[in-house]
Amino acid sequence: MSCNCNCAQLSFAELEKAGIDATLLEPIFEKYGKIEGSLITILQHAQDIYGYLPVALLNYIAIKTGIKPAKVLGVATFYAQFRLEPVGKYLIMLCQGTACHVNGSVDIETAICEELNIKEGETTPDGLFTLNNVACLGCCSLSPVMMINGETYGALTPAKAKEIIAGIKAKEVE
Amino acid sequence: MKMVVGKGSCGIAAGANKVSAVAEEYIAQKGLNIPVTVTGCIGMCYLEPIVDVIDDNGEKTTYIKVTTDTIKEIIDAACEGKKAEKYIIDAEDKAILDKQTRIALRNCGIIDPENIEEYIAKGGYKAIEKCIKNMTQDEVIEEIKVSGLAGRGGAGFPTWFKWTAAKNAQGTKKYTICNADEGDPGAFMDRAVIEGDPHTLIEGMLIGAYAMGSDDGVVYVRAEYPLAIVRLENAIKQARDKGFLGKNIFGSHFSFDLRIKAGAGAFVCGEETALIASLEGERGMPRLKPPFPAQKGFWQKPSNINNVETYANVPWILAEGGDKFCAMGTENSKGTKVFALTGKIKKGGLVEIPMGAKVGDVIYGVGGGIKEGKAFKAVQMGGPSGGCVPAELIDTIIDYKSLAATGAIMGSGGMVVMDETTCMVDMARFFLDFTCKESCGKCIHCRIGTKRMLEILTRITEGEGKDGDIELLENLANQIKSSSLCGLGQTAPNPVLTTIRYFRNEYEDHIYNKKCTAKQCKPLISFEIDAEKCVGCTMCARNCPVNAITGKVKETHVIDKNICIKCGKCVTSCKFDAVKIN
Repeated sequence: MSCNCNCAQLSFAELEKAGIDATLLEPIFEKYGKIEGSLITILQHAQDIYGYLPVALLNYIAIKTGIKPAKVLGVATFYAQFRLEPVGKYLIMLCQGTACHVNGSVDIETAICEELNIKEGETTPDGLFTLNNVACLGCCSLSPVMMINGETYGALTPAKAKEIIAGIKAKEVE
Repeated sequence: MKMVVGKGSCGIAAGANKVSAVAEEYIAQKGLNIPVTVTGCIGMCYLEPIVDVIDDNGEKTTYIKVTTDTIKEIIDAACEGKKAEKYIIDAEDKAILDKQTRIALRNCGIIDPENIEEYIAKGGYKAIEKCIKNMTQDEVIEEIKVSGLAGRGGAGFPTWFKWTAAKNAQGTKKYTICNADEGDPGAFMDRAVIEGDPHTLIEGMLIGAYAMGSDDGVVYVRAEYPLAIVRLENAIKQARDKGFLGKNIFGSHFSFDLRIKAGAGAFVCGEETALIASLEGERGMPRLKPPFPAQKGFWQKPSNINNVETYANVPWILAEGGDKFCAMGTENSKGTKVFALTGKIKKGGLVEIPMGAKVGDVIYGVGGGIKEGKAFKAVQMGGPSGGCVPAELIDTIIDYKSLAATGAIMGSGGMVVMDETTCMVDMARFFLDFTCKESCGKCIHCRIGTKRMLEILTRITEGEGKDGDIELLENLANQIKSSSLCGLGQTAPNPVLTTIRYFRNEYEDHIYNKKCTAKQCKPLISFEIDAEKCVGCTMCARNCPVNAITGKVKETHVIDKNICIKCGKCVTSCKFDAVKIN
């Protein structure tokens, strides 16, 4: 623990109120807390656990690691990987790399937005889907490409993209 | 007999996991004894999923675009000692491999990346053994110097020079770092090497570490490459178990170990000082050089940073000799280079060719030309930091100097091919949008200048371009180039400058004639139905999302331009080619 006041407990209580179980982070702090330069790794693990990084959690991480809260927030907002807002059950990462752009990724985005009735960066009201544009997934020969929860779908057309999403929706209804 | 399924990220995206699952199930169901193993990306991504059947005599048959149905036919045929001829790769596609010289990719798509024994069987870890047992640090560096190997990440800096600087740096603690933060959208050779042959990277880093006297290594991998991280982790563990990593390697005093650090998504972290900041858990912002990382790098200790492809060449050079590597290429660029061929190309994928080939050889000779028989317009080389090489310069020789003369760069090897339907102003806008978002914000010209350039380009593509915009773009571009600290800012305006240089008429068309010849910029185009071609099938009207199309069955339809949102659905839905874009 980095300080003698009870800020860690206060912060913990605040998280508890928000329904976030901060004890899940203990093994992470144990493993990386003492290793200098591990902030990004800690944030990555935290995001894996909670799905996103609420500001209260960032504060808690700051207190536990002794890193200034401003710096933790600074790092969390610098990198594209970190999200400060919760995402849907299915995270659609639509590639907007050069090859995908040349092969019509903009039309795919329009189709997905139409199908889900959201804009890029938003989550559907039912909490099922979030659409994020990403720079490049490295599957350029199969462009345009999207990745949904780690699974890659290539050679998309607007119709095919809609079909894939409708398929997931139908599975969820069951 | 055994079956080998190509499981790079591209193969998996095309369905390789499903194919191998079905294969295993089918083999078990039939009570056969055919092992199904994995390999990385062979580079012919347009043919994935690819399955090799290797018979008892070692003869290999390659099947392409394998599906969960055809795999059963392939297995049935193989059991009868036959071949499923329908699905075999054709001679033309097979010849693509013969047109290449594969050094960095020598094992990709051939060996099982998850099995260290296969790498060893290909002569793996022999080069580092030779270095440790028979060569001094200087001799290793000399071999690299003879080879002429230059950094493959983009800058093309001589590798031996960096290694010498790190070797001569004061201090006992030195770091060997690999930059696998392949952020250039449109390049994926580093991913392919790590996924397909992770041990060559480990061995290359070992050799570098030995030459520089370093005992600690880090590979900084993009977080967007989860499979690469898994395969590399596995490879590191295997190398440790075999004693290739760890203390007293090959019984010598040389010790070296390696770990992975996952990046968190920032293009600027490809710049070495930004990468170091990120490794230290900070925001990935570059700093002033000197001191160079070779003097003060990671944790202020001497550090050497090379790209994945650079390290992947090293074991081959030490095993085969620097002069053999040097014999390939041109006066100023030696060896081979891997290119990621994408965009409007027929046969997209990864190719490795000797330096000195012509741009056209790659696009037509290896890549099979342009999709759908359209006209080749330009190729973007070097990603957002590079520039375009137009069709008239198709005979440009691929080496560092010749490409730089066109305004493009070698870069990490991305080649995005564009045809007549690609708008060059829109491409420039696309790249600026990328660099503007990825600018770390440290230098004012890069942070605000790219934003202003993006605004101007957006304005032009929306038909609001003004007289003087081109000159303003050029002026801003030169200021950003001269006032930015790192490579991101210094090169960010390149796509704009090269498109202005070669396609100034397109800019002028957008600005003065409010016309987009490639018919891509929506505010500058309109849709119209050709009365002679329209048969009144009502297809377009039914597909129009805003009901802008009216007309009775079997009568010519009309688009109301005031309602039309230019989504293009009428064009794709019309079977009679009756919708024209003006």
